[in-house]
Amino acid sequence: MSKYMVNLKINNTPIQVEEGTTILEAAKLLNFRIPTLCNHPDLSVAGNCRVCVVEVKGAKLLAASCATPVSEGMDVNTNSEKVRIARKHIIELLLSEHNVDCTKCFKNGHCELQELASEYRFGDHIFIDLVKDRDKVRDISSPSISRDASKCIRCQRCVRTCDELQSVSALAVVNKGDHQYITTFLNKPLNDVVCTNCGQCINRCPTGALYERNYIEDVWQAIYDPNKFVVVETAPATRVALGEDLGIETGVRVTGKMVSALRKMGFNKVLDTDFTADLTIMEEGTELLTRLKKALVDKDDTVKLPLMTSCSPGWVKYQEHMYPELIDNLSSCKSPQQMFGALAKTYYADKINIKAENMVVVSIMPCTAKKFECNRPEMRDSGFKDVDYVLTTRELAMMIKQAGIEFDKLEDESYDSILGESTGAAVIFGTTGGVMEAALRTAYEIITGNEVPFTNLNIQPVRGMEGVKEASIKIKNTKPEWNFLEGVELNVAVAHGLANAKQLMDAVKSGKTNYHFIEVMGCPGGCIGGGGQPIPTSAEIRKRRADAIYAEDMGKTIRKSHENPEVAEVYKEYLTHPLGHKSHELLHTHYKVRKRY
Amino acid sequence: MTTTEVLIHDLVEKHGKSRNALMPVLQGVVACEKFLSEEAMIAVARELDLSAADVYGTASFYTFLDTKPRGKNIVRVCKTISCHMQGKDAIIKAIENHLMVKVGETSPDKKFTLLTANCLGWCHKGPVMLINDEVFPSVTPEKAIEIIEEFAKKTI
Amino acid sequence: MDQKPLKKIDIIFGWDDKCTPIQVVEKTIKKTPENIILDMIDSGLKGRGGAGFPTGLKWKFCRNEESEVKYVICNADEGEPGTFKDREILDKVPEKIFAGMTICGYVIGAREGYIYVRGEYNFMLKTLQQKIDIFNQQLHDMKVDFHVFLRSGSGAYVCGEESALFESMEGKRGEPRNKPPYPTVAGYNNKPTVINNVETLVYTSEICRMGPEQFKALGTNDSRGSKVFSVSGDTPIAGIYELELGMPLRDFVDEFGDGDTKAIQVGGASGHCVPRKKFNDTIIGFEGIPTGGSMMIFNSSRSMYNVLHDYLEFFTEESCGQCTPCRIGCQQLLKGIEAVKKGERPPTYLDDLKRLTATMKIAAKCGLGQSVANPFTSIVDNFREEIIY
Ligand SMILES: Cc1cc2nc3c(=O)[nH]c(=O)nc-3n(C[C@H](O)[C@H](O)[C@H](O)COP(=O)(O)O)c2cc1C
Ligand code: SF4
Ligand code: SF4
Ligand code: SF4
Ligand code: SF4
Ligand code: FES
Ligand code: FES
Repeated sequence: MSKYMVNLKINNTPIQVEEGTTILEAAKLLNFRIPTLCNHPDLSVAGNCRVCVVEVKGAKLLAASCATPVSEGMDVNTNSEKVRIARKHIIELLLSEHNVDCTKCFKNGHCELQELASEYRFGDHIFIDLVKDRDKVRDISSPSISRDASKCIRCQRCVRTCDELQSVSALAVVNKGDHQYITTFLNKPLNDVVCTNCGQCINRCPTGALYERNYIEDVWQAIYDPNKFVVVETAPATRVALGEDLGIETGVRVTGKMVSALRKMGFNKVLDTDFTADLTIMEEGTELLTRLKKALVDKDDTVKLPLMTSCSPGWVKYQEHMYPELIDNLSSCKSPQQMFGALAKTYYADKINIKAENMVVVSIMPCTAKKFECNRPEMRDSGFKDVDYVLTTRELAMMIKQAGIEFDKLEDESYDSILGESTGAAVIFGTTGGVMEAALRTAYEIITGNEVPFTNLNIQPVRGMEGVKEASIKIKNTKPEWNFLEGVELNVAVAHGLANAKQLMDAVKSGKTNYHFIEVMGCPGGCIGGGGQPIPTSAEIRKRRADAIYAEDMGKTIRKSHENPEVAEVYKEYLTHPLGHKSHELLHTHYKVRKRY
Repeated sequence: MTTTEVLIHDLVEKHGKSRNALMPVLQGVVACEKFLSEEAMIAVARELDLSAADVYGTASFYTFLDTKPRGKNIVRVCKTISCHMQGKDAIIKAIENHLMVKVGETSPDKKFTLLTANCLGWCHKGPVMLINDEVFPSVTPEKAIEIIEEFAKKTI
Repeated sequence: MDQKPLKKIDIIFGWDDKCTPIQVVEKTIKKTPENIILDMIDSGLKGRGGAGFPTGLKWKFCRNEESEVKYVICNADEGEPGTFKDREILDKVPEKIFAGMTICGYVIGAREGYIYVRGEYNFMLKTLQQKIDIFNQQLHDMKVDFHVFLRSGSGAYVCGEESALFESMEGKRGEPRNKPPYPTVAGYNNKPTVINNVETLVYTSEICRMGPEQFKALGTNDSRGSKVFSVSGDTPIAGIYELELGMPLRDFVDEFGDGDTKAIQVGGASGHCVPRKKFNDTIIGFEGIPTGGSMMIFNSSRSMYNVLHDYLEFFTEESCGQCTPCRIGCQQLLKGIEAVKKGERPPTYLDDLKRLTATMKIAAKCGLGQSVANPFTSIVDNFREEIIY
């Protein structure tokens, strides 16, 4: 259907745009920047902050440009006297309700409100300070997310994120008038409500009202402690995003520089979560095949299918709250982060002759939920806390800056060994569809001895940013021990972002689907869009990070998890075989039903 | 099921299992229980498949959907200009003294909560007070106490 | 200037035994919807809820929308301080409202009508529902495919704003929506909706009963017909009066004042304060000061600081809180006049605040925040000394 075109003028420059375009979007096309706060490209339009107001000739009211569609003959001024006065008033008002102590604020330097305020350089504030004592109490109940209501500008971006993207609605706007604010059910601590710790709200909060619980000081302490041996692991998605916080263009891979920086900061060993991603494929792939065998050959109807991935702790907690009836469908595999910690403090500590109690495992993650995960009581199978501290990509960037390292000038370096080698299959864990693709590459080959029937091993149907993706692969020419799978159509589905996961889970619950395997990542885009990744985020940014991930995959010589030589070595030396006794002890876990209300 | 849960289940049966039913359901709970307890909000959320925070956020928007514990009778004295001019202060003071509570508080016997309200739509007959859903226009301090006493007698 | 002397009228509360509301429906739906719209436009009827939008046009816009489902909504949220006429209408002649809704439903193609009554009027719900049931039965017997439903609010002034009212009916916080789209395109449940004030709907049915001529003979060019006023404050005869539109405020004061009137707040808290010196050249009507019907009279014993303070407190509490200019602006105005009164800020701070209200007027999201400037500037400009000292 061809769209109707509309002619208008913005700051006296004519432009023609499609019907339905907002004034804000049209202005952007002409390179006029209009400030915004409540608007976010991933969310529905709110139109509540009003900083984006513009003057439309002939209208009595200013129009919120983010919420007003263009119309024929419109004559817009984005910087008229009225607009400037209104915008200044609005920023001033926001500051009067705001605990403006930027120097103490975690978002200092990354804050949209601060940026706007500095553009206008107010000097004296004219209005009366309205910050309420109630708001000055910070909520640090959650190991992942901190809330400081005194920094909140009520833009509701977090509320819309938690509802529209994540279908959790842990946050809500409460009360009205001067009592209105953003909080949880009955103002309970965040850790006591349905919050999944996904951190998506943080990624979209324009101010310092929501930020990760940060463990920067703890990690420095560990590094400085001569009695501690500090091992760091880095998740797949960090390497395609870290650069954004350190002055490097979006979508540029900085793997080698990151390794180098970590060494310079004083970590004793720089290892890779990608290694345990490959390991996850071995364990989870075997788990899938075992479940299929039980179901198809042994006709065991207690087997839960579809199998669902469990590497995203935000998703796992969501499932525990929202779909307890499907909890046994979750793979028993720990996330790669936790597999890493458990192996590091057992096998690896032995191997390098370090006492596990002296080892500190730090993990660099695109994720805030992993901070919660490492604190779960189930995650102490090494006899110690398997992973001691989780830092987000953002925290790492801050630490690199603190250490005075000029990141963009660093030479590339390689990970230490062992637990440092990885394959292209592991790298793609960082984006939605990646775990599925990696698992299929391996499982198909185990079953048939042949590579998956896709050009260059690239399983296109599970790639891309569609909310829910489906694929079917017909299994042909099986090896004798897998002949029960001959001719079977393997049905898989992939969802990213919890709202999409909800859609998929409701479909599964309805009994109308016939999937064997489902990948879910809690964050939109998968880990590349994780709650710990550099801010801002948008579909465009996530796509560039994902492209970088696939480029890294293509650049790897080994692109199948089962071909990772270090993984083979660890099985040989220690774990024996997937789902073996040691694996069960260290690499697998169980889940608990949590209250939805 | 608790009595609250039964009440809410019945209300949802009556008004339908959609978000559009939220207001009538919450109003129904308040009509019976005077306020929305944590239990009630959770039960509503569960019945209507909403998040508890969402129910709380919606309820707390509305002055008459109290989310704090309230007495068996809720007294609301209009504090807006017409009633102000016609002596609402004296009415409030009289009730405060009589019930020995301040505005916003509930009497120790839990029979009354005293609140103020914005214009109740009886400005020509101020000062006005509302007890539960009943209106009492043109009250004097003495009359207000009398009315409250009547309610006290009716309330067990 | 076109004006009319004060004249009491009896249309709204009058009762015609020979043509009851249900009979008005019966006779009207024999006409085509187009003709009814023409009658409405011809009558010059403008909305009585405050904004004064021509009712015939509103119906026409909604009729022109294509949709299986449409709604008629009667706005009975009457929350404007000083307004109580809708309550009286709901109490005395609700059948006329139902009739207006039914006719509107017929015109635009809606099968459902809702009356949204403010929670403060809960006491009347029971009787109202009984009357609705009777009316619905009559419609059913006449084979008219229209049904009236009753919904109630729960104490939020802003829910009188049409889009906030839809949100509330949809079980959400009463936060006004962005416009466009307007209700006639996407209202309740995002379907084309006509929302009219109680009194507007009664006039529509009355216009159908008596014809547009009789209605438009009343009032002035810009303000046709009559209107129901809620009179309160310093007056010996507070109450509800239907008056012809277009009268000078002077006439009104002579009729209702107590001889010592110093100011009149026209249009409730969100309206304008007219001081004594302007009584002669102020017309009550859309060409002068429009009003939803609230007329609050102050005599010289009243402190205009207290009046303004009350209003600002009202808006501070009743703002929905979503948008910056209104949520924070109202608080700043309230705290600001307190600070000036206490000498913590210089009198010139009032001018800073006036500039702020100018921003609120054009940048707030809905009519609530936009109209706070009305009482603020009109009181500060006319009674500056009372605010400062
Ligand atoms: C804050 C606010 C409160 C309002 N309250 C009412 C109200 O109580 N009753 C009403 O009829 N209109 C009210 N309105 C006006 C409505 O938005 C709408 O214009 C009106 O219902 C349309 O009906 P009419 O065309 O018949 O006047 C209010 C508007 C605002 C901005
Ligand atoms: S949120 Fe932004 S403006 Fe506020 S204190 Fe932090 S950095 Fe400063
Ligand atoms: S962390 Fe995720 S689930 Fe928790 S409040 Fe934020 S968006 Fe919602
Ligand atoms: S917490 Fe952040 S995102 Fe949420 S409303 Fe406040 S400022 Fe906006
Ligand atoms: S102007 Fe006030 S009532 Fe209207 S949307 Fe803004 S905050 Fe809400
Ligand atoms: S960005 Fe447009 S109103 Fe907030
Ligand atoms: S001011 Fe009290 S009822 Fe209107």
